[in-house]
Amino acid sequence: MEYNDKISTVVQNVPPSAIRRFFDLASEMKDVISLSIGEPDFVTPWSIREAGINSLVDGYTHYSPNAGYIESRRAICSYINKRYGIEYNPTNEVLITVGGSEGLDLAARALINPGDEVIIVEPCFVAYKATVMFAHGVPVVCETKPENDFKLQPEELEAVITEKTKYIILGYPSNPTGAVMTKDDLKKIVDVLVKHPDIIVISDELYAELNYVEDQPSSLIQFPEIRDRVVMINGFSKSFAMTGWRLGYVIGPKELVAPMTKIHQYCIMSSPSTAQLAIIEAAYNGEEDVKMMRDEYNHRRRVIIDGLKNAGLDCFTPSGAFYAFPCIKGLGLTSEEFCEKFLMSKSVAIVPGNAFGACGEGYVRISYAASMKDIKTAMERLAEFVAELKEGKIK
Amino acid sequence: MVNRMELLDLIKRDATLTPKEIAVMMGNTEAEISAEIEALTDEHIILGKTTQINWEKTEKESVVAMIEIKLTPMRNQGYNHIANILCKYEKVTSCYLASGDYDLIIMYEDKNLHAVASFVSDKVAPLEGVLSTKTHFILKKYKIDGIVFEGDEEDRRQTIIL
Repeated sequence: MEYNDKISTVVQNVPPSAIRRFFDLASEMKDVISLSIGEPDFVTPWSIREAGINSLVDGYTHYSPNAGYIESRRAICSYINKRYGIEYNPTNEVLITVGGSEGLDLAARALINPGDEVIIVEPCFVAYKATVMFAHGVPVVCETKPENDFKLQPEELEAVITEKTKYIILGYPSNPTGAVMTKDDLKKIVDVLVKHPDIIVISDELYAELNYVEDQPSSLIQFPEIRDRVVMINGFSKSFAMTGWRLGYVIGPKELVAPMTKIHQYCIMSSPSTAQLAIIEAAYNGEEDVKMMRDEYNHRRRVIIDGLKNAGLDCFTPSGAFYAFPCIKGLGLTSEEFCEKFLMSKSVAIVPGNAFGACGEGYVRISYAASMKDIKTAMERLAEFVAELKEGKIK
Repeated sequence: MVNRMELLDLIKRDATLTPKEIAVMMGNTEAEISAEIEALTDEHIILGKTTQINWEKTEKESVVAMIEIKLTPMRNQGYNHIANILCKYEKVTSCYLASGDYDLIIMYEDKNLHAVASFVSDKVAPLEGVLSTKTHFILKKYKIDGIVFEGDEEDRRQTIIL
């Protein structure tokens, strides 16, 4: 059978990952120090795991309501209110999803008509562009720059808005750069959006709790002038070390959450019940665990920054998530060549920046969701590697 | 300015960290960290550094007992007098004043059961003010001071996650 004739052209048109070859190579290598993992190295805090176990013991092994158990939605709304001072109605303004990724997909399918443009701020998480394309949308890339610490600038946004723009996806704190948009930074973007009242805002804030510059994280939901068109995508994966539970949520005005819930109810039915009941514990009592992990990441962040400086690589100071995004331009290698040679000669895996968009070329993503011991060893090896490159010892 | 609690939390978990390493982790200078550690030591907030060892994996034969002691408090000194005497024994590794049925709880380590029994009957019981004792032998150690003795530290993550 000629399968290509059978596969949707939209699916065929979404390119495979830019770093597929490197991905395969790294996955097969043994005894590698991996600073290439976009998930916490911590295991989910015990009290949250216990809540999940107890839900099974108590027999919660059935479907939940489509939008999620009301107790779980209340817990999410209470958590959001506590963190940001904004009230949402748990009955119709929040939908519990299968991780933050489902939220991205729902947003695309609920909002896009064929040909609609969606502004993607790169470098960014790989799913942004793909979910838009799968939904027959046209991704319009807006590139951020290292001289602006990879923060979106109002004039950069203004330059890519057209009459076809349906929505913008913003992902701060950023995977892969570690950039954070503070309240002042966000205000400048909000000022642009106020001039374009038809543009919806999808704000992916999965890493919000991992913010090392603001005592309280800032969010786009805090601006009343655009609140009627902001949907926050959030979850427990990164902040509470719950990636494998696959639990996220979207929260926003009911008129936008309702169509997303409609798709969710047909395609997913309901998110995992065990995970939904575990996050009640996370939302109400997880603050101390999150602080412990955030403090630990912050220590590692400083060790990474110091290690990059010692290796002689330029890197803007990342303020959030658990990534650094140093520049490797001037060493005569592409991002992928750099990562491949580093992997083969020093057994350390990091991710080529071009995996996160064309403007990531010349950069590499280093994750510090790894033990301090591994981070220190990897940074020593990176310094050796860069020195050997400069001396021409590595071809 | 050094964040004292942050510094203490760090060295509590890993006493092998050098001031230089701590300085990088906390965003201070090495001199600031050294000065703060010195100040904390002078103030008897930092009392010492030890290493947590699983002796069961060595050839050392030893028995650990938790001994509860009921006392009559002494005039003007309460329980401190007896506690201070017990602390003088090197093999008393910890000593606490506690609420409940017994007043003092000590951890005692010696070479065998007989040695522990002798300590209780010959040294503790005869002390003036000691009303009774209760000895619990420790059979297995699971966690001490935040360190799990036989933890599972396997990293179950994939090599690359974008």
